[in-house]
Formats: sequence, structure tokens, C-alpha cells
Amino acid sequence: MSNTAAIHETKTGYWGGGESPYNVSWGKLYMWIFLLSDAFTFSTLLIAYGTLRHKFEGHWPVPGDVFHHFPFYHGEIKLAYVGLMTFILIMSSVTMVLAVEAGHRNSKKEVMIWLFLTIIGGLMFVGSQAWEWFHFITGTEEGKMINGKLIHGANLSINEYGNPLFGDFFFFITGFHGFHVFSGVVINTVVFTLVAQGFNDKKKDYELVEKVGLYWHFVDLVWVFVFTFFYLI
Amino acid sequence: MENQAHAIEHHDAHGHDDHHHEQTFWTKYVFSTDHKMISKQFLITAIIMALLAMFMSMTFRLQLGWPDSKFPFLEKILGHWAKGGKLDPTFYLSLVTIHGTIMVFFVLTGGLSGTFANLLIPLQVGARDMASGFLNMLSYWFFFGSCCVMTASLLFEDGAASGGWTIYPPLSALPQAIGGSGLGMTLWLVSMVLFIGSALLGGINYVVTVVNMRTKGMSMTRLPLTIWSFMITAILGILSFPVLFAAALLLVFDRSFGTSFYLSDIFINGVPLEHHGGSPILFQHLFWFLGHPEVYIVLLPALGITSEVIATQSRKPIFGYKAMIGSMLFIAFLSFVVWGHHMFITGMNPFLGSVFVFTTLLVAIPSAVKVFNYIATIFKGNIVYSPAILFAIGLVSFFISGGITGIILGDSALDIPLHDTYFVVAHFHIVMGSSAIFGMFAGIYHWFPRMFGRMMNKTLGYWHFWLTLICVYGVFFPMHFLGLAGVPRRYYANTAYDQFDQLVNINSMISIFALVAGVAQLVFVFNFFYSVFRGKKASQNPWNSSTLEWTAPVEHIHGNWPGEIPTVYRWPYDYSKPGAEKDFILQTVPHSETESSNHAGML
Repeated sequence: MSNTAAIHETKTGYWGGGESPYNVSWGKLYMWIFLLSDAFTFSTLLIAYGTLRHKFEGHWPVPGDVFHHFPFYHGEIKLAYVGLMTFILIMSSVTMVLAVEAGHRNSKKEVMIWLFLTIIGGLMFVGSQAWEWFHFITGTEEGKMINGKLIHGANLSINEYGNPLFGDFFFFITGFHGFHVFSGVVINTVVFTLVAQGFNDKKKDYELVEKVGLYWHFVDLVWVFVFTFFYLI
Repeated sequence: MENQAHAIEHHDAHGHDDHHHEQTFWTKYVFSTDHKMISKQFLITAIIMALLAMFMSMTFRLQLGWPDSKFPFLEKILGHWAKGGKLDPTFYLSLVTIHGTIMVFFVLTGGLSGTFANLLIPLQVGARDMASGFLNMLSYWFFFGSCCVMTASLLFEDGAASGGWTIYPPLSALPQAIGGSGLGMTLWLVSMVLFIGSALLGGINYVVTVVNMRTKGMSMTRLPLTIWSFMITAILGILSFPVLFAAALLLVFDRSFGTSFYLSDIFINGVPLEHHGGSPILFQHLFWFLGHPEVYIVLLPALGITSEVIATQSRKPIFGYKAMIGSMLFIAFLSFVVWGHHMFITGMNPFLGSVFVFTTLLVAIPSAVKVFNYIATIFKGNIVYSPAILFAIGLVSFFISGGITGIILGDSALDIPLHDTYFVVAHFHIVMGSSAIFGMFAGIYHWFPRMFGRMMNKTLGYWHFWLTLICVYGVFFPMHFLGLAGVPRRYYANTAYDQFDQLVNINSMISIFALVAGVAQLVFVFNFFYSVFRGKKASQNPWNSSTLEWTAPVEHIHGNWPGEIPTVYRWPYDYSKPGAEKDFILQTVPHSETESSNHAGML
């Protein structure tokens, strides 16, 4: 009896469809498909990067020689800083998983704690990226003396480390990704506020958290690819 | 249990309130979240954009047909772009560029999918509305904004974008290259970013609605072919537009921030520019990775509409329902692996070229399946000669004649001499432009009663059809010969080349056909707007169609069906079923009520 009643209800309700074959809400499905299309955007950028880099095989700057700065340390440690950034971002994914899990248990307090930590992680990543950009750009066209070395730095049209396309792609792809992270932080903050205000106390489900969670994990996953193709290879 | 019943009652009462709550002019006609209103908004915007683009084509046809004459009235309309009645060469380039852009993106992508996917998806799958009415509304307003920006770009001093609708760099990447490469190109890109936003918001909504919101009994294999075509189209858009988006962003950086993604060493007026290392071919790859699926984004909804119209008006079940779905899926898949055939002359490795030839020619197989099925459906049908089926048959005709030239162009050895000639112009105007617009006309004539509750005038419809059909062939058939003779496309005038002098008369004839075709469209526009207000009142199911949209009341109501959403018991093409009382059985009729026509294995 309760089954027929359930069917009845879905049929007369405003959004009344029949069956939802994958047992997901339209909102979650919408997010998945959006992420699929966004994945194509990033793939395009990475493939474009790969194509042009291949053209300059052997003359491409070695990432380790470029990214060796570390805050408050004057020596050189190759890729340590970006490694740290990556770790922070992946940890923020872990906290997001915990937030979603707490949502399943309807524990508002824990959702808020984990979401808050995720937001902090995201902010740290964006801040670190700003720092890295700043150190990559440092220098002027005539050169600037830093620690007894003449630094020209890099921007969208010059690059002291070699091919300017390296800088072009670096700023574009990490910038585009950073923009995604920043949007994610903003969205997470909005959701955090909504949760704090108790928007889903009645519905008793935290699907909104799950949806932003999907987005957040996607952004992290994209970073893994950017990190691999840009810094490691 | 009692509690539950109570809850349901309450729910119903609430739903009832929803249907009747007061709407202001703004929420009903402008910022509407109702899919039927959004569909009308898309259609009317598309008609206006189509008229604009058609006016452009007539203007440059005047120039091409009579390159030595002057048309003083042009100066009155176009001002300094036609001094003394002579079209300005730069403006000619803007006209062909914007004509192509408007027709491909705003009319045949936004207009066609936006109108019919919005109208039909909820009605044919049995849903109250799209998954998200709000995002659907946003999709229209992004589209509207993008139309406005593109139209506005024509009004600026330096002219609109003029590097062709494919906006290849370096012409599009260097703002100082030609007049239209400056502000015009910037506005083109802004408009396109808005358009991509609209396409994604709409497209994801379509897929989600089809997957998630079907009514009870509406399995995927009971969906009308229109819905299949809209869903596959939306998937193509979701996967290909982001690529154009990324490509356009890189282009913006090249233009405005000094990067060199698409620019290698280059000089302007003998002055070397600072760009180094990029590749203009990269842009072509990215563009055509969108561009080729785009062809099918334009065409598939038209094919879906044709399937529906041909089956209904021939009073026969569609021939090869599953083959139709399979061929659409196969076409969709192939569309992602054939983009190289637009680039045979870019110095591509001939072996890679031959791979693209192979995948391109494979497209002929599913296309032929579709054509065969259309013809088999019409064959021995009890045809109702409405304007809709005439346009659908017109589509099949164009699909054949344009498809055959597609096989010629898909072959790299033949494409190399024919590339960028009028042969190409003729091919894609027939196979993609005309057939898609015929599909759109078929859809408008067929679903007009569903949209506006009135019928369109049949006689005017026949005039519109025959004039347009004859003129389309009159315009584009001779272009094949121009192309074979080597006449290049996009040239302002061919008077500088002696060998083309003998072709002048052909060009004049084409222009005359084009002008007549333009006038014929006014017949349609008149018929359309007259019928919206004064047409004969339509009955609920004027075509005796078996699909779900005709079970909803003629008057549009919020939520589509006043009571429960109907349950579906059968596939959508039960026409002229042996043993049945009527020549169609609605999808909502259970088999228990049609004992006389039930056959084993046909449920």
C-alpha cells in the first residue's frame, strides 16, 4: 500500500515524474553533467598545452628549475612548495568527504566543522598560488637584483626561464584552475552560511553539501592532472 | 495509511493553488520559468535573428550577382557601409561572417533546440516542467543577451567581426589586423561566451529532464524520436561547447594580454610583432572539435522532428525505430572523430588525413539508414499533405543531395582542389543549413497548434514550401558548378579574373533565386504572426497524433496537465495498427483496452 501511495505522490506533485532510474535527484545529475563538460574545458587546455610543448621538445623549461622557492627559506628545494599546496588541497577534499558523511548522519555541527576546514584549505591553496605566482613574476624587463642574482621573472610575454609559452600556459591554466578553486571557496562559504542558518533542518538531508562536494572533488582532481602535466612531467 | 492519504490530499490541494496563483505580465511573459513560454521566446527571437541574417545574405547576394551595379537604396539602409549604393568590401566580409554566425548559432542551434526541446521534452516525456525552470529561464536570457551583443556589434564604427564565422587566427587574434578584428571581434567573443553559457544551461537541463523526469511507463524505448534527438543533441553540445569555450578564452588572451597561443612569428605592415611559438593550426583543431559536432547539433533535432512528422502524417509507424536511435547515436559518436576533414589543406600528415577520410565516409552509413527509414515510412503511407510533411520530405531531399556532395568533400584528394570554393558553400548550405531550417519549419507547422492553440494557414504554407524548395535548389545547385570551376568563397567580387567572366550570369541567376527565397519567407512570417492572433482555433489533437503532448489541454496551463500526469503504456508510433478501431492509438491507452489490435511480440 505504501508503495502505491508513493507512486501516487510523485505523480501528482509539481515535479511529478515517474521513476528516477539512477535514484539521484535532478540537481545531482545536473552537477555531474556540468562537471563532465567542465572536464572537457580543462582537457582542451591541457591538450593545447601538450601540443605546443611537444613542438619545443628539448627546449622546454624544466619545472624543477623554475619552481624551487619556499617561503622563509633562501635555498632551493625543487617542487616542495607546490607539493605542499597539492597536499593541502587533497586534505581539503578529505574534510569535504567528512562533511558529506556527517550530513548523512544529520549532524549539523559536524557538517559545519568539516565544511569550515574545507574552506580554510581552499583559502590556503588560493593564497599559496598567489605566492607562487608572485615569485614567478618577480623581476622586471631590465632585470632586478635579488640576493645577488639578476632576475627577469616571467609574465605573459617574457620568460627568463625559456620559452614564453611556458609562462603563458602556466598563468592561464593555473589561473583558470585557481578561479575554479576560488569559486568553490565562495560556494562553500554560501553553503556553510545556509547550513548555519538551518536551511535543511526540515528536510533533514544535506544534499546541497553533497553537490558542492562533487564540485570540490572535481576541482581537486583537475589539480592532480595540472600538477602532473605541469610540474612533474 | 490514513495519514498518508491525508498528506496526498494536502499535496494535491497545494498543487491546485500553484496552478492558479496570480501572475504579473513580467512573470508570465518575460521572466517566465514555464517551458512553453520559454519555447515561444526562443522561437520568436530566432525568427527575428533569422530575418536579420537573411537580409544580410540578400545584401551580399546583390553585390555578388551584379558586382558592377549600384543600388542607391542600400545607402539609405546601411549608410557609410554602402556609399553611393556600392557595398563596402570590408562590410561585405562582416556580412558573410555575421550571417554565418547568426544562422549557425542563433537560429539553428539556439532557435531550433531552444524552441522544440523546451516545448516538447516535458510534454512528450510527461513532466510538469523542465528539471529546473529557473536555469531554463537563465538559458533563454543568456541567449537573448548574446543575440543583442552580436547584433550590436554591427553598429560600431569599425564594423563587426569579419574573419569568417570560423574566426581563424591570426585574423581574429590580432586586433589591429583589419577593422573587424578590433571591437567587432571582441563583441563576437563576448556574445559567444554568453551563447555557450546558454547552450550548457539549456543542454544539461534537457538531458536531466529526459533521464530523470519521465512519467510512469515512459521507458527509454517508448520515447518519441524527437526526444532522443534532443537528448543526443544536448549531449553533443555539453561535450563540444566547452572546447570552443576554452579555445575562445585562449584567443582572448592572445588578443588582449600578449600571449602567443595561436600566434607564431608574424609581421604587420613590415613590422615584426612580439609573438613567438604558437600555432594557428591549434585553433583550427580546437574550433573544429566543436565545429563538426555543431553540424549535428544543428541537424539532429531537425531529423528528430522529421521522424515524428513523417510518421504522424503518413499514418504509419516509423520504420526501424531502434535503427533510428542507433544511427543517431552512431552519428553523434562519429561527429567527434571527423573534425580533421575541415583541415585537409593545413599540411596535415596525409596518413592522418586518410584516417579522417575513413571516419568521415563512415558517417554515410547511419545517414543512409535514416534516409532509408524515412522513405520506407512514407512508402505506401496514407499521407496527409500538410505543410509540415512537405517540409519534412524537403529535408530528406536536401539530406540526400547534400549528403552526396559530402562524400565528395570528405575525400581528401577531392577536397584539396575544392576547399574554400563555392562547392563547399553549396554543400553545407544544402545539407546543414537548408535541411535544418526545413526541419524547423516542419516543426513549426506541426506543433503550432500545440504552441498557440491555433492552426496556421495551409495554403500560405504550400506557397511557402514550394517557393522555398525551388529557390533553395535554384540558389545552391548552380553553386556546385561555380565551385568546380574554381570560384573561391568569401570574395567580394570575382571580376578581377577573366576565367570567371563567363560565370557572371550564373551568379545573377543565383541572386534572383535568393531574393525570391527571401520574399517567400515573408509569406511565412505573415502566416505565423497572423495565425498567432487570428488563426483557426485548434482542436486538442489536430493531427490525430499518438504522442503525449496532445493529451494536454489546448490552453497552456502551468504544470501541463490539470490532474495527474498520464501513464504511458505503449510506444509512440501506433498508427494504422491492423485490427484497431482508429488509425492511431494514444500512448496512454493500455493494451487491455485494445484487445483487437494486440499482437504477440508487439507490446
